[in-house]
Amino acid sequence: MSQQVQPTTIEFLALELNQSAQVTLELFEQANNWQERYRQIMLLGKTLPKLQDELRVESAQVKGCESNAWLYHSEIEGKHYFLADSDARIVKGLIALLLIACNGKTSTEIADFDPQPFFKQLGLEGQLSPSRTNGLLALANAIKSQSLHSEND
Amino acid sequence: MDLSMLRSKFPVLAQSNDGYPLCYLDTAATSQKPQQVIDAMNHYYQFDNANVHRAAHQLSARATTQYEAVRDKLCQFIQAHRREEMIFTHGTTEAINIVANGLTSQLKQGDLILIDTAAHHANIVPWQELAKRTGAIIKPIPLTIDCRIDTAAFDTLLLEKPAIVALSHVSNVLGTVNPVSDLVAKSKQVGAITLVDGAQAIAHMNVDVQDIACDFYVFSGHKMYGPTGIGVLYGRFEILDRLCPLMTGGEMIKSVSFSGTEFNQLPNRLEAGTPPIAEVIGLGAAIDFINALPTEQVAAAEQTLLIYLQDSLKALGDVVLYGAHSDNLGAVAFNLASEHHQDVGILLDQQGIAVRCGHHCAMPLMQSLQLNGCCRASIGVYTNKADIDRFITAMQSVKELLL
Repeated sequence: MSQQVQPTTIEFLALELNQSAQVTLELFEQANNWQERYRQIMLLGKTLPKLQDELRVESAQVKGCESNAWLYHSEIEGKHYFLADSDARIVKGLIALLLIACNGKTSTEIADFDPQPFFKQLGLEGQLSPSRTNGLLALANAIKSQSLHSEND
Repeated sequence: MDLSMLRSKFPVLAQSNDGYPLCYLDTAATSQKPQQVIDAMNHYYQFDNANVHRAAHQLSARATTQYEAVRDKLCQFIQAHRREEMIFTHGTTEAINIVANGLTSQLKQGDLILIDTAAHHANIVPWQELAKRTGAIIKPIPLTIDCRIDTAAFDTLLLEKPAIVALSHVSNVLGTVNPVSDLVAKSKQVGAITLVDGAQAIAHMNVDVQDIACDFYVFSGHKMYGPTGIGVLYGRFEILDRLCPLMTGGEMIKSVSFSGTEFNQLPNRLEAGTPPIAEVIGLGAAIDFINALPTEQVAAAEQTLLIYLQDSLKALGDVVLYGAHSDNLGAVAFNLASEHHQDVGILLDQQGIAVRCGHHCAMPLMQSLQLNGCCRASIGVYTNKADIDRFITAMQSVKELLL
């Protein structure tokens, strides 16, 4: 996928350094009611940087999302990094969960990553259903295919 | 009649999700089905299954009798003149496609097609394709600030003598009701062919095609407590008979040879292939269900409930309603402050509330409202005050979480 504008390497790597996401993930897993879980999901979403307007372009848009979602990918020293954003807060939080699982991983690790058990373990398997318009499944597929294609670049 | 009894006739509503009883407020997308519709379809498959109109044997004769009886029932249901005016389709979408395709040879370059701005995509895209094929021009009929058809603007557009006027009877997003009899009468005065999309009206009001006097009226079985996969195209005989068939093949022919084929008469001419027989029979059972309801009592109860829904949402605060009038039918469209409709939908779903969030297949309406989308809660005969109260309580939780 060729994109005219691309975030900088520093922007991609910044996400890996973000420790607060890990803490929020732990809080999410400890949450004992849905309100608290979704509050943490939204906080997770906030740990993702907001993509600037010039990056919120159609070429980066993931199809199959009712909300707008944009995805950028970069391979740096054999590892894959993703930046993504959405105009819906909970969707952005769900995307953050996906990025926590995939960012900084090798092609093999991402190829082996199965989003179904991952979201099931988080009690969110319902959000991955193809009937959902949150685009999570489309995003998971996009992450997998982008990391795959870059090998052939 | 005690209307609270009606709910128990819909088996799907007995379930709960994650400890929350199902609160189904998505009837405008598809209605639930009463047991008698499910039973009628089961019975057909268990005892009467055969192809129709090929009655060399008793089973087929029985299936055909039941199938054609539904056509008669439908004819009475919407007050059509002749049973041949009722065409079975797969749904509203196919019905409009049959009309838009069938009119191709009757349209020419520069002809004008007027379309309700609030129309469902099914009542827009087939006309756009017709325009592509013929060089016709499409103009939207504007809405007023309160989301009703702008009749002054409509009158002005009629001066351009449109060839076709495509209207919704009830907006699938807003629930607003168009004065279709008036709009059709005005359209006829300038010689336009008129089509009314009744998908959202048919379950909520008595539809009388003589009174509306439109050329075509279309609706779906699954939005009137019947099965999916079956819809109805009503067409005034003279104009229906002039439609070129969209689908050709078996059932719709009188004779076929390699030197030439002669088409059958209406209604078969527009019903190529084996029809969805079980679905037609299910639709018949849905009509029986509706006919047995105390119409005025049900309509009054639905109206009271819809107004209660509108008022309760307003009372929550921070909720924006779109085109919410007391004479609307079936649905209310809203957003929670500037929150994304999808976030609201996900959080309602967490609480077992089924609403629809999105553009509702009405992107031009969203554009005219300058929205990316909205949430829609919609009701049916089985909806009760407890559903609305649960929905409002859930909305309160959503509000606490998001705002």
